[in-house]
Amino acid sequence: MAEEMRRDERVFLMGEEVAEYNGAYKVSQGMVEEFGPRRIVDAPISETGFSGLGVGAAMYGLRPIIEFMSWSFCLVAADQIINNAPKMLYMSGGQFGCPAVFRGNNGAGGQLGSTHSWSVESMFSSVPGLKMAIPSTPRDAKGLLKSSIRAEDPVFFLESERMLGFGARGDKDFSRYLHANGNGGPTWAPPAPEDDDNFLIPFGQAEVKKSGTDCTVVAFGRPVHFALEAAEQLEKEGIDVEVIDPRTVRPLDIDTIIESVKKTHYCVVVDQSWPFASVAAEVGMQVYENALDHLDNKVIRVNNDDVPAPYSRALEQEALPHARKIVEAVRAVTYNA
Amino acid sequence: MTTATGQNEAQELSDSLDKAKLMSMLQRMLVIRRFEERTAQSYQQAKIGGFCHLYIGQEAVAVGSISALRDDDPIITAYRDHGHALARGMHPNYAMAEMFGKVTGCAKGKGGSMHFFDKPNHMYGGHAIVGGQVPLGIGLAFAIQYEQKQNVALACLGDGALNQGAFHEAMNLAAIWNLPAMIVLENNSYSMGTHINRGTAMADDLKQKAQSYGIRYAECDGMDVLDVYDCFAREAAATRGAENPQWERGAIPEYDKHGRTPGPVFINVKTYRYQGHSMSDPQKYRSKNEVQGYKDHRDPIQSLVQHLIEHGVATQEQIDEIDAEAKQLAKDAVKFANESPDTPIEEMYTDVYAEPFGPFKLGEAHEAFRGEE
Ligand SMILES: Cc1ncc(C[n+]2csc(CCOP(=O)(O)OP(=O)(O)O)c2C)c(N)n1
Ligand SMILES: [Mg+2]
Repeated sequence: MAEEMRRDERVFLMGEEVAEYNGAYKVSQGMVEEFGPRRIVDAPISETGFSGLGVGAAMYGLRPIIEFMSWSFCLVAADQIINNAPKMLYMSGGQFGCPAVFRGNNGAGGQLGSTHSWSVESMFSSVPGLKMAIPSTPRDAKGLLKSSIRAEDPVFFLESERMLGFGARGDKDFSRYLHANGNGGPTWAPPAPEDDDNFLIPFGQAEVKKSGTDCTVVAFGRPVHFALEAAEQLEKEGIDVEVIDPRTVRPLDIDTIIESVKKTHYCVVVDQSWPFASVAAEVGMQVYENALDHLDNKVIRVNNDDVPAPYSRALEQEALPHARKIVEAVRAVTYNA
Repeated sequence: MTTATGQNEAQELSDSLDKAKLMSMLQRMLVIRRFEERTAQSYQQAKIGGFCHLYIGQEAVAVGSISALRDDDPIITAYRDHGHALARGMHPNYAMAEMFGKVTGCAKGKGGSMHFFDKPNHMYGGHAIVGGQVPLGIGLAFAIQYEQKQNVALACLGDGALNQGAFHEAMNLAAIWNLPAMIVLENNSYSMGTHINRGTAMADDLKQKAQSYGIRYAECDGMDVLDVYDCFAREAAATRGAENPQWERGAIPEYDKHGRTPGPVFINVKTYRYQGHSMSDPQKYRSKNEVQGYKDHRDPIQSLVQHLIEHGVATQEQIDEIDAEAKQLAKDAVKFANESPDTPIEEMYTDVYAEPFGPFKLGEAHEAFRGEE
C-alpha cells in the first residue's frame, strides 16, 4: 500500500483504526507517520458512511482503499459496496467508474463466533462489475494488492486474519512446497525490494502452487495451505496432487484449471465459504461444462460445513475445509478410498 | 429565512440578480415543467417503463440551488432526478431518450428515469436506493477537500431519507472532517404516502438534526426560486474552502451546534410535489384541496412570473415566448427519443468493467461519450 501511495497521490487509506492505532491488525503500521492524516484516515464505526464515501471519492477521481476491520462488518454497508460500487459504470453508461479497493479480513478460524466469521466470497462473487482477489501468500498479497490499487474497477480484496500472523498466533506454515524453489515457481516471499514498484500480479492468472499428475485440487486463500498440507500427506500415499490457486475469483482463470484436469482427470474444489451456491459450486460447474469428457469421476467440493460458524475451538476447526477433509475427498475421487 | 450563522443582515442577493440570470432560471423551470408533462404523457403511452417520478411543483429547488453554484460543483441526488439533470444543463433530448431506453440517452439507456448521469455537467447521478446517495455525496466533498479545490458538493435527499442510517452516518462524517458538503433536504412532506410527521420524529424541528451533528442549518422556501437562490448562494459561500481540522495530526476537533463556517451545511427546503409519488400513485393519502392550494397560490413558476412582471424585468409576451420554446423543446425531446435507435443488444456487455475480461471483452472501456451540450 505504501509503495502505491508514494507512486500515486490520489491513493488514500480509510478505515477504522488505520492511523493512530496503526491498524487493528497492524496492517497499516507506521503509515500515518509517512503519509499524514490527510491520506491515512481514521474513520468512525460507520461502514455504510465511509464505504459510500469511498465510492463517491472514486467517482470523483480518487483511488480509495477502504479497509474493513473484517469483511464480516461490511454487511451493514452492503448497499454501498454491492449496489453502488459495481454498478456505477454500467448505470451511468460508462461515465463514472469506481476504482476503489475494499479490503479486510475474511474467513473463520479465530473462535470469533458466527457474526465475526464470514467468508464473503461466494455471496459477493456473483455480482457483475466487481473484481475479487483472495491471496494465499505474502507474495501474492503484494502483487495482487498493487494490481488492485491500479485497477479501474472496484476490487474486493479478501485477506485472512489467520494468515497475517503465520507461525505466530496464526496458522502453522504448511508451505514446504512454497519454500522449495526460488526460480520462477511459486514462492512464499515477495521479490527483493528493488523490484517492488513493478511487482504486479495480473488478475485472472492462476498459479500452480504444487504441480502433480494424479488429481487437481483447486483452492483459494487460506485453504490453499490446507490443500498443500493434504498434498504432503497424500504424497506419502503415492498420490501426486496438483494444487491450483486461481488467486482471483473474478476474473476466474478457468483455463489453467481445465488444463490441469485434462492431465489428471480428477478434480476437488476447496472453498472456505458455505457449499450452497458457492465459489466451489461454480468452479465445479465450469469444470463440467469445459472438461466433462476428461473427467474420470465426479467433481467433489470441500467447503466450510453448512452451519453458522461455531465458537468452540473443536467445532470451529472441524467446520473448516481442513486438510483431512481434502485428503478424504482426493482419495474418494481417485478411487483410493 | 434563517441561518444558524447569525447572518441576519440576510442581504437579498436576488435583488442584485441581473436580468439574464432571472430569465435563465425561469427558462429552466419552464423546461422542467414542460418536459415532465411530456414525460407523464409518454409514460401513459407506455413509451417509458419502470418507476418514474415527476418533479412538477419542485422546480424551484433544483433550479434555484444549482443556479447558485459553480458549473463544476458536483451534484448528486435521489431517483427524482429529472429536474436536477435539466437544471444542470442536460439537453432534454438525452433525458427523454434515456427514459425511452435509447442509446442516445444520458446513460445509453442503461439507467432509466431513476438513474440519470451527466459527467460533462458534473451531475453524479440519480440514485434509487433511498438515502444511499448521501454517503456518495460526502465522498465527492471528501475528494474536493482532499484535492484542496474550492468546490462544494451538493447532495440532495428526500424527507423519507432522513430516516435512513446512511444519511446520519454521512452527516456525522461531514461534521468530523468538516467537509465542503451541502446536504439538501427536499422536504415535500411525503415519502410516498407517508407524511413526514408520521415517519420522522421531531419533524417539526429539523434544525435539531443539524445541530446534533454540529452542522450549520439553513432553510428556505422551495416554492420561491429567489429565496432558494439567495439561501444557496449565501450557504455555498459559507461552505467553500472548508478545511479538515483532523489534517493536523493529533488534533481533537471541537463542535458547536451552530456548525462551522466554512463548513458543511444542512438545508431544509420546503417544497411540494403536485403529482403522485410515481406514475402509479392514486394519492389517497392527501386531499385534492391540499394539492390545489399549492397549485393556485404557491406555484413556483407563477410566483417568479409575477415577480418579473411586477419588477418590469420581463413582459408577459416575453414570458409566453420562453414558455412556447420550452414546450417545443419538450415536444422535440419526445420526437428525438422516438426516432432514436433502441440501445443495441451489443451494448449489454459494455460498461460492466472499465478493464473488461472474458465475456465483458465484448465491450471495451468507454470514454465519456458525449461532449458538453
Ligand atoms: C432503501 C429503499 N427502501 C424503499 C424504497 C422504495 N421507495 C422509493 S421512493 C420512496 C419514498 C421516498 O420519499 P422521499 O425520500 O421523501 O422522496 P420523494 O419521493 O418525496 O422525492 C420509497 C419508500 C427505496 N427505493 N429504497
Ligand atoms: Mg418526500
